[in-house]
Amino acid sequence: MQEKVLSMKQINISFPGVKALQNVDFSLCEGEIHALMGENGAGKSTLIKVLTGVYKADSGEITMKGFEKPLHIKSPQDAQKAGISTVYQEITLCPNLTVAENLFIGRSEEFVVNWKTNNKRADEILKGLSIPAKATQQLSNCSIAAQQMVAIARAVDMECKVLILDEPTSSLDKQEVEKLFTLMRKLKARGVGIVFVTHFLDQVYELCDKITVLRGGELVGEYPIKDLSRVELVAKMMGKELDDLEEIEQEAQALVGKNKEVVLEVKGLASTSGIKPFDFTIHKGEVTGFAGLLGSGRSECVRAIFGADKVVKGNVRVKGEPVHVAAPIKAMKKGIGYLSEDRKGDGIVGDLSVRDNMILALQVMKGFFKPFTKTQAQAFAEEYIKLLGIKTASADTPISSLSGGNQQKVILARWLLTHPDYLILDEPTRGIDIGTKVEIQKLVLKLAAEGMSITFISSEIEEMLRTCSKLIIMRDLYVVGELNGEDLTQTKIMHTIAGGVSQNANQ
Amino acid sequence: MFLKKKQTFTDTTFLLTITISLFFIIYLLSIVFLGDKGFGKIQMFFNLFNENAALIVIACGLSVVMITGSIDISVGGSTALICTTCIVGLNKFGLNFTTSLLLALAIGLTFGAIQGFMVAYLEMQPFIVTLAGMFLGRGLVALIEVNQIQVSNPGFEELSGARIMIPFLGDINKKGMFIQSKLEYGVVVAIIIVILMFWFLKKTKLGRNFYAVGGNAQSALMLGINVKRTKFYAHLLCGLLAGIGGFLYLFHTRSGSVQQATGLEMDAIAASIIGGTLLTGGVGNIFGTLFGVLTSGTVLLVVTAIGSQDPWWSQITRAALLCFFIVLQSIICARKK
Repeated sequence: MQEKVLSMKQINISFPGVKALQNVDFSLCEGEIHALMGENGAGKSTLIKVLTGVYKADSGEITMKGFEKPLHIKSPQDAQKAGISTVYQEITLCPNLTVAENLFIGRSEEFVVNWKTNNKRADEILKGLSIPAKATQQLSNCSIAAQQMVAIARAVDMECKVLILDEPTSSLDKQEVEKLFTLMRKLKARGVGIVFVTHFLDQVYELCDKITVLRGGELVGEYPIKDLSRVELVAKMMGKELDDLEEIEQEAQALVGKNKEVVLEVKGLASTSGIKPFDFTIHKGEVTGFAGLLGSGRSECVRAIFGADKVVKGNVRVKGEPVHVAAPIKAMKKGIGYLSEDRKGDGIVGDLSVRDNMILALQVMKGFFKPFTKTQAQAFAEEYIKLLGIKTASADTPISSLSGGNQQKVILARWLLTHPDYLILDEPTRGIDIGTKVEIQKLVLKLAAEGMSITFISSEIEEMLRTCSKLIIMRDLYVVGELNGEDLTQTKIMHTIAGGVSQNANQ
Repeated sequence: MFLKKKQTFTDTTFLLTITISLFFIIYLLSIVFLGDKGFGKIQMFFNLFNENAALIVIACGLSVVMITGSIDISVGGSTALICTTCIVGLNKFGLNFTTSLLLALAIGLTFGAIQGFMVAYLEMQPFIVTLAGMFLGRGLVALIEVNQIQVSNPGFEELSGARIMIPFLGDINKKGMFIQSKLEYGVVVAIIIVILMFWFLKKTKLGRNFYAVGGNAQSALMLGINVKRTKFYAHLLCGLLAGIGGFLYLFHTRSGSVQQATGLEMDAIAASIIGGTLLTGGVGNIFGTLFGVLTSGTVLLVVTAIGSQDPWWSQITRAALLCFFIVLQSIICARKK
């Protein structure tokens, strides 16, 4: 067995109100590609930031081969000196400089730069790692993958022993990913220990030797890749044992709407976000869900339907009539509403009052030059504050002073006001208390019973099972299955996410 | 093969090529169509440099801060301050050429250092900081001397009046006499500075760090560059060049007033942009800046030669020129995405 190059023991770190990491161990051997897996908030990035000196651990010990004492890493520079390099998802190089400069800048002490030797050395390095770039080329003229590789080459040239790749593949296409993998294997052969963070299960199984799974800031375990099946991995990430998954109550079965009117039909839709072409149909009064791991393309699907991302392919029919959804406003006019995943960024306008936030969508549809009177707006606001039980001092209160759950309800009211035929709720229950969650779930079922079609997305599988009558399962930006009726069980969902096991997988 | 070559063509070289060709096209067209208005004369070409030596140096400084992703609009104010202070020193306090030059450099460096500190270490908006610097400069001029003043220092005047006679080049005047072309000493200084700055930005570590910080400050930090110090040096260097440029301005005009060099900072920014420096930082070339100054200087001459005494025509022409370059730059940026 190879020698251990890095080990982290009993790492603890907490932020105000949250224990981000609790007694987490992590170790890495030379010449090993080690996947670090976990859902959102599992603590992957916190662990990496501890390792690279961005955060300081409250307690715990980091040791590296070649150092007698435990390391104290205080800054990214410290980490680099110790031989720990990180390549982030966003490229942290300078696009306006040449490839050679990006390899060497910030590293030499000499006052005058010797371009000739730098370019020569750079070409040698690039050739040695088969990176498709030239030393004198401007970095921004290289493909994203090549830029990523230049960043890796820089790390390697700095004699790193531990290379951390934080979601390097998320903006690459298939061939580029292959090239990157070839490079990673080359480095592995050279004895570099690689920590690979990704959401793509296929890539983990293609490349990695070991998997460490984190969940909720705690270590779930470290497994050799051959001992952990995909289903087990998904179960471990989600925190469910396969055995005790069967007893989930079913409330939503009555709502299967096969013979009802089709509200929205999507064929081969794909957008600039990278989502692969998918088909999707929803009937009147139906609640469907998109399920999958983080980064699997759940939100990207609905964003494409709503026109929030630029659609590149496919067509959309609303009630049988073809629609070109070029922008959200068009979707809204066709009776589609979208409550976005990112409440702070896409949803609330913090300084405006509850009332103004509510009428926003309706106002946009009506046109800005025909404003509502204050009385009209007040009437709307009061109606929905009562209907949804929003806890606010008055309709004039700025929305930013409300709690998360109540903010969410205001946004929900915004969309309900437009009386959509089809409402998309992307993670409407994230970050809100359990009582409000249940209220929102009930409301979804009530609205569906009244004839509204709803798409509901949540990271919590139970919640989806309770509200949805049909689930679209996604993996790695592909739709991999559609489950309904008695197939709607956690086990089936996990098998489908893990891939290939469920019989309903249609692609 | 052609495609491969184009890939190695950096943005900087691309914009530079356009600027240089544009200058020659404008100048050649002027010779062809306005030859009788003086463009046929060789001295006209040298005057272009004589008039703009100070601006060339100051624009070099602006290019440096713009490449670093910052801006300095105080250079007009500091130029006015340098002129008036040096004249008062020369006339009343017995300064000579050398000591007044040192005074000018000190003023420029002080402006650069203070502004650089505020921008780099206190993370203030460079526009606002240097706007304050611009007001301060002009305010101090008024504090020292409200009226327009002239240099009355024989030693200084003698030096400033000196000209380099260019051998074998010259024009025939109306009486048929051969008059040799003259070049001011300030131009030599300006050219030396352009060459030095070109070398500095291209070949030194600090020069390359300017580009890195301007290209992406966050990345530069991750690459191990001391971003704050780099920004500070950029402003300091701009201040130094503003000091030299201010002194050349005095050397050329020999006068000083509160309203002097109004809008000089904008001329310098415009020249940098025409020369291919991106206002967003990270891209720029000192030779481009030189040609930026020459191009806008030529436009000024053309407008005067056509016979329009109205200053707005030169402004409108320069507006069109700026527009052209900004559109070109945004096309380059858009092509990337």
